[in-house]
Amino acid sequence: MSKARSAPLRTALIHLALIAYTLVALFPVFLTLVNSFKSRNAIFREPMALPTPSTFSLIGYQTVLNQGDFVGYFQNSLIVTVVSIALVLLTGAMAAFALSEYRFRGNTLMGLYLALGIMIPIRLGTVAILQGMVAAGLVNTLTSLILVYTAQGLPLAIFILSEFMRTVSDDLKNAGRIDGLSEYAIFFRLVLPLVRPAMATVAVFTMIPIWNDLWFPLILAPGESTKTVTLGAQMFIGQFVTNWNAVLSALSLAILPVMVLYVIFSRQLIRGITSGAVK
Amino acid sequence: MSDTDMTDTEIVAVKRPARWHILVFLAPAFLVYTAVMILPLIETLRLSLFNMIEGQLAFVGFNNFRVLFSDPRLSADFWNALGNNVIFFIIHMLVQNPVGIAIAAMLSVPNLRFAAFYRSAIFVPTLLSFVIVGFIWKLILSPIWGIAPGMMDWVGLKWAFAPWLGKPETALVTVSLISVWQYVGIPMMLIYAALLNIPDEVLEAAECDGITGWGQFWKIKLPLILPSIGIVSVLTFVGNFNAFDLIYTVQGALAGPNGSTDILGTLLYRTFFGFQNQMGDRSMGATIAAVMFLIILAGVSLYLFVIQRRMRRYQF
Repeated sequence: MSKARSAPLRTALIHLALIAYTLVALFPVFLTLVNSFKSRNAIFREPMALPTPSTFSLIGYQTVLNQGDFVGYFQNSLIVTVVSIALVLLTGAMAAFALSEYRFRGNTLMGLYLALGIMIPIRLGTVAILQGMVAAGLVNTLTSLILVYTAQGLPLAIFILSEFMRTVSDDLKNAGRIDGLSEYAIFFRLVLPLVRPAMATVAVFTMIPIWNDLWFPLILAPGESTKTVTLGAQMFIGQFVTNWNAVLSALSLAILPVMVLYVIFSRQLIRGITSGAVK
Repeated sequence: MSDTDMTDTEIVAVKRPARWHILVFLAPAFLVYTAVMILPLIETLRLSLFNMIEGQLAFVGFNNFRVLFSDPRLSADFWNALGNNVIFFIIHMLVQNPVGIAIAAMLSVPNLRFAAFYRSAIFVPTLLSFVIVGFIWKLILSPIWGIAPGMMDWVGLKWAFAPWLGKPETALVTVSLISVWQYVGIPMMLIYAALLNIPDEVLEAAECDGITGWGQFWKIKLPLILPSIGIVSVLTFVGNFNAFDLIYTVQGALAGPNGSTDILGTLLYRTFFGFQNQMGDRSMGATIAAVMFLIILAGVSLYLFVIQRRMRRYQF
């Protein structure tokens, strides 16, 4: 059986195809990173070459760090992302627990209501969201972004987490009840630790669209002090279009945090996606 | 059963009177979700039925929609954006999903070496923001830098190079393919998960019957992963009809050249906020958002009530 599957020619072709696509996927990123460390002349003369001592230059990074407030943008993105994820995880897990643990009237309806947002993008409500944020005086604050991203992340989080919570053994929870634990203690001390892997998955899923979003920062918080990295890079690049060193460096700086997180969490993310389907 | 019944009655005796904890658990998520997502959506739909008449917001029925569909100035933009959006979606369905399925099928070959590496690497573009993706490709395809023409020269295709993003005939396809490049990771991952989920016994049984390789993929695996392909398609649909960022980054809010890459998301942005000498119009913005909502709702309903119902599911 395994002989039929591992015909060497077929395996070789598969590797060839996968290597080819991997190059397609990574080449643009590689190109950006490599050229961000080169002098302007070298970028144009030999775009594919690695930086050598004679072509190495940090001028792009100097421009970026002097001109744009990238540290500030980075800080804003970090605050928005971390606080939103924390809120999504906490409130989402609580709601998922209520839906998966208790029978009450309207349970299914509530589940469907909360799941609507998986398919209907929050962006379509932008006109009224902006109106509401203006009325609440939250325009150009990070709070407005955090609220929007929390609402955006909740539906999928509740959906995934309630699927996982159904798998937590009832005997364990009932044993806790017999020992006199309150429902809150059962949730926080018994159930939450058990669904930690699912929480990590949800965190990664929630994080990517928040970190990368351009629409809401552009509309709700375009002010200099509340710009996120994505918006900051967009505007910076718009201003410095002809300064290729600066553009490439800004792109590299925007790629960096995502790549670092991906290297740390990739196993979690992939396990989450695959086990989410397997369940 | 009797065991749980017993504990249930105990709890009933102690706690049943008022199960406040359910409310406490549900309230925060419910409130944020309702206040920031559902109510604004409803309010946006409502606003699409109103417009400014002599400085007053007044109910105009479906007049906004009539204007959007038939007013000479606005309707041209709208039908153009809708048409482009359909093409944008079709290109994703024809390129992104088949490529994603093919990669997933190759990755799921048993005992394939470096599978984890390929998988992680191919997923990288999906994690990057549109801003990064958009500008990288803009630079690569730029005739000034010459990466794309240079590479095509290696394979003797230099004559075929053109500033694709700058020509109205090719810009939309180019932008769509950039988006495909970015999002191939999603079908790949979901289909890969579905393929891993097929039990070995099924595949071994197929092999005993002499069905291997290509035949096995088409006859055994593909029917089993159809539900996942359905989910991928509906996710693609929702994502495409709500897209904005990539076009905005690559071609700007005007979605040039000459509106050839304008899709509903960019049209909504320009109409709502105004751009250059065009004034922002809240009611027309809400109307476009309402149309997008209806399109997405129609697509999702079609999937949920027609396609998903007819699809055969296999339980292992």
